[in-house]
Amino acid sequence: MNKLQELFKNKKEDILSIYFTAGYPELNTSGDIIKNLEKSGVDFIEVGMPFSDPMADGPTIQETSEVALKNGMNLDVYFNELKAITGEVDIPLIAMGYVNQMIRFGTDKFLTLCKESGISGLILPDLPLNVYEKDFRAKFEEYNMVNVFLITPQTSEDRIKEIDEASNAFIYMVSSASTTGSKSNIADSQLEYFQRMKDMELNNPLVIGFGISNNDTYTKACKYASGAIIGSAFVKAIKNGVTEKVVSDFINMVKG
Amino acid sequence: MSYEVDKDGFYGDFGGAFVPELLYPNVKELEDNYIQILESDEFQDEYKSLLKDYVGRPSPLYLAKRLSAKYGGTIYLKREDLNHTGAHKVNNTVGQILLAQKLGKKRIIAETGAGQHGVATATVCALMDLECIVYMGEVDIERQAPNVARMKMLGAEVRPAKSGSKTLKDATNEAIRDWINNPDDTYYLIGSVVGPHPYPDLVARLQAVISEEMKKQLKEKTGNENPDKIIACVGGGSNAAGAFYHYMDNDDVELIAVEAAGLGVDTDKTAATTTLGTAGIIHGSKTLLMQDEYGQITEPHSISAGLDYPGIGPMHAHLFKTGRGTFLNATDREALMAAQELTLLEGIIPALESSHALAALKKIEIKENDTIVINLSGRGDKDLETYRKYLKY
Repeated sequence: MNKLQELFKNKKEDILSIYFTAGYPELNTSGDIIKNLEKSGVDFIEVGMPFSDPMADGPTIQETSEVALKNGMNLDVYFNELKAITGEVDIPLIAMGYVNQMIRFGTDKFLTLCKESGISGLILPDLPLNVYEKDFRAKFEEYNMVNVFLITPQTSEDRIKEIDEASNAFIYMVSSASTTGSKSNIADSQLEYFQRMKDMELNNPLVIGFGISNNDTYTKACKYASGAIIGSAFVKAIKNGVTEKVVSDFINMVKG
Repeated sequence: MSYEVDKDGFYGDFGGAFVPELLYPNVKELEDNYIQILESDEFQDEYKSLLKDYVGRPSPLYLAKRLSAKYGGTIYLKREDLNHTGAHKVNNTVGQILLAQKLGKKRIIAETGAGQHGVATATVCALMDLECIVYMGEVDIERQAPNVARMKMLGAEVRPAKSGSKTLKDATNEAIRDWINNPDDTYYLIGSVVGPHPYPDLVARLQAVISEEMKKQLKEKTGNENPDKIIACVGGGSNAAGAFYHYMDNDDVELIAVEAAGLGVDTDKTAATTTLGTAGIIHGSKTLLMQDEYGQITEPHSISAGLDYPGIGPMHAHLFKTGRGTFLNATDREALMAAQELTLLEGIIPALESSHALAALKKIEIKENDTIVINLSGRGDKDLETYRKYLKY
């Protein structure tokens, strides 16, 4: 069992996860962001690998990716920043990016460095289920790496069951049909979808992301799922610099 | 060796549908329905009737005598430039708009580089009274102003793509994001043989009319339906896919694809994907693309907005890898010279994209009895500003 699986075994509700893009707003900030988030009581963290063509991301994350790449972020720098703090971080880390980055870098090299950097899971939104099963599952398992799949309001019940079958930590439940950061509230129609998912009683816990930005949306998400993920709202908050106070103020605002 | 797409959407090692789960239902709906719809009598009747009476097909196969005299062999031009809207792009949009209607979609989105696909999409949306939104890179909006005006006059909304290199690749990202945000009523009308399966196959099938006609026309003119060589330019590769389609299994016909070298393949201002590219994933498809060692996609360069793309369709990646296709490239300058030459020799002003195919005449060995078809994919009206600037008129 890896760290991420342990977390979901031990904690069933009010799980809070934060996404940030490595290299934004500056290089050499990943360590501080992660340590401050952990100190503020965040349960796990997604560390974004900035990509030139992030098709599932809205303008906010796109902009952070562009800035991070201009700052000189790449996968070597990424892993070095994480390796520097491996002794100081206890909560699980997830690497989030696009499948081309992993393939081009070399899947084995990528997974080896993930492991050495304290990463226990991957979110690659454009890695489809069938390709994962065929080409990647065995390899990920060899490295004890969890793969996290997304579901959306459009995902059919049969497909959700397939995804549940293939998942081994949690399912990332996208709150609405949208790219990241497009919406900042939760409508009643979304609550119906949340309820429908809850009623499916899946094997894997659900964590809701996309459109979670504050205490209201976080609380709503936690009523229906094991927790929530915040990305765009957090990277906006650290735009002008990462300090312990900026991070803890944000987390306190979310937790209420 | 098969050059057709397999049941999983792959051409050999290339293709597939690497899309976020958010797009899975949309892509699946298309995959489950496209062949059945395309092969139905109802679709075929409507499609063929529109191609004939609206697009003006068949496009002529013109014997370019003076060009032949200069380079040797017998050179024919497949005159896609004479289609309604000025390029081969409309073959695809006519087909896909019928498909979109049959799937009950009300809102059409598209990406465009040179603006030819955007115009062809706006045209069929006007014809069918459907809402049309075209994503176009900010840089391309600038250099293809006449096509932007045409799209607007046709009732389309042109939305600038402001991220990355602000060209075709970024317009495609924006279109994909739009589709993610509007999954129910929106049809994404892709303009080339790129994107997730089934798009490369869908667009190739709709462009296949080019080689279907070529066969008949060559038979009539020469008694032999097979040319020795077919030359077409490749950005994403839709006109080449159409020109090659019915000849792919016929090894007697050499298939020559010409990429845009930009300022040269030894510079970083280029779009010569097979020369400089490596395997990876772009816009939902595994193919060859230009990228750095970390998988970041490189910003391409070509004087021709339609070829300014860092990847190629997976079918072409397969043709390249298997050696079935011959891949050449032409620089900005070589394309400009070829455009000038065709204009003076034959009185035809070609599009900058097609000029890359013409430029290949200087790069291949031509025997006296060779029959060569060059796919003249579009006309040069949209490029007049560029021609004025570089050729000093």
